[in-house]
Amino acid sequence: MQNILGFFLANREAVFIVILSIFLGIEVISHVPAILHTPLMSGANAIHGVVIIGAIIVMGHAETTGSLILGFLAVVLGTLNVVGGFVVTDRMLEMFKKKK
Amino acid sequence: MDQLAHLSAGISILEITYVIASVLFIMGLKMLSHPLTARRGNILAAIGMVLAIIATILFHQKEGKPIGNIGLIIGAIAIGTIIGWLIARKVKMTAMPQLVSLFNGMGGAAAALISLMEFPHISNELIAKSGMANGQVLAILIGLMIGTVSWAGSMIAFGKLDGFIGDMRIKAMKYVNLSILAVLIGFIVFIMTRHVQASSELTPLIYIMFAVAVIYGVLFVMPIGGADMPVVISLLNSFTGVAAAMGGFLYNNQAMLTGGILVGSAGTILTILMCKAMNRSLLNVIVGVFGGGGQSNMAVTGSVKEISLTDAAVLLSYSKKVVIVPGYGLAVAQAQHICHELDRLLEEKGVEVKYAIHPVAGRMPGHMNVLLAEADVPYEQLIESDEINPDLPNTDVLIVIGANDVVNPAAEDDPSSPIYGMPIIKARDAKNIIVMKRGMGKGYAAIENMLFFNDKTRMLFGDAKGTLQNLVNEVKSL
Repeated sequence: MQNILGFFLANREAVFIVILSIFLGIEVISHVPAILHTPLMSGANAIHGVVIIGAIIVMGHAETTGSLILGFLAVVLGTLNVVGGFVVTDRMLEMFKKKK
Repeated sequence: MDQLAHLSAGISILEITYVIASVLFIMGLKMLSHPLTARRGNILAAIGMVLAIIATILFHQKEGKPIGNIGLIIGAIAIGTIIGWLIARKVKMTAMPQLVSLFNGMGGAAAALISLMEFPHISNELIAKSGMANGQVLAILIGLMIGTVSWAGSMIAFGKLDGFIGDMRIKAMKYVNLSILAVLIGFIVFIMTRHVQASSELTPLIYIMFAVAVIYGVLFVMPIGGADMPVVISLLNSFTGVAAAMGGFLYNNQAMLTGGILVGSAGTILTILMCKAMNRSLLNVIVGVFGGGGQSNMAVTGSVKEISLTDAAVLLSYSKKVVIVPGYGLAVAQAQHICHELDRLLEEKGVEVKYAIHPVAGRMPGHMNVLLAEADVPYEQLIESDEINPDLPNTDVLIVIGANDVVNPAAEDDPSSPIYGMPIIKARDAKNIIVMKRGMGKGYAAIENMLFFNDKTRMLFGDAKGTLQNLVNEVKSL
């Protein structure tokens, strides 16, 4: 327990970011019209593709072939999340724009 | 921490880029929540992502070492980009929900893989100093658990929405799921209380934990009925956000932290909004018991009456106000374009046509809006259920196309019904009701719909697209 508290203390900034981001997330999304629920979910889905950065870091420092393969897989999957997510969202929103 | 490394130009550029990326994510998400700015918001967030990725490849350093294997990394990104782009472009609009689920699963899997790979590399000094019970281990284990559950769950949700996985409803499931969840938490506690020299000694254990998490993810989504799938996808979406944020803790990476937590909290709120729209409690979703096809105890009275195409065409053409209630049936039949043709024809005849959009019609909130927008139906014609309900008693004809649960009066009449309390479109208030349906099958929530037996209701059986096409021809020939 002590160690975990220590970790949070050592990562004060991170904890700060987390707390502020929670409020931001709630604030940003709370007045969304129902029509945008699907695109919004899809857009948020693309944003958590940011996990790809972790995948790049792992792969960039991989030392064994095994971890290189897993890292490669992680980067591919992360990219799928990012690219697929943004492109699908754009496709949905493109249709909204077309009207009139 | 080496202060000098922090001051070096590369790291500064990296950190500044992460700040910019985070700002772009936040602005993007904000803009995504307004119809006019949504598309730009999405592009803005995408730019933030590209910046963060490029800066990471160029400037990230771990203990003074830059990113290696750059060729392979770029190759992996290229493969992911091509596949992701193709899937996202080729798939039909009706399959959008499954697609979101699929991509969400990919993110969860990536987060899980990162945890699996980082676990054996936790520094021995850290373990010597503070044992296994440290924040890094916690971040890795939580990232592993949540990422894996999100991946496995999303794949099942994908399969269910695509129709190749059915529901599995066993009463004991709730307890099985809770026990597995307890086992997973047990794993975290067990691993963190071990006394070892190096974390790699425990590697087999986290692979077992990974397997258990896969089982949990599968069993978690299996019993959930299709009508509740949007809530589950939204929930899994926020899970993946949290898993990504755990990576942010691990690498002390601001972009991952902001992006992940932002999605985690926004996703949770979105999930709650959806639950409210369906009158469900979030707890029930997590335990994985709802949509369990509870039996209604209302007796079926009255009989189903059909209407001929000609009669329907005449009825519609001589109405003043027509309201169309689209549902998933319209979506699967790809009937949105022909539906719009019908509404234009009627408008030419001076009929006022509106669409009543239930927030959860289709397979996802807002799904109908996307589909109808695809068919060029103007925004102004799409009315949300709360707004249109008071207007329904003045509506001459209400056409239900492939919708069921969202117009089911059991939500108001039958306290024993699983959908009791869900806000619905009060279809039965309209003067006449025409229901287009493939057959007398029950809706996704698997409950009887008394609306079909109402005296004012007439049925038009058949595939939505075919029936609408015939109806359009009839109206034209009048």
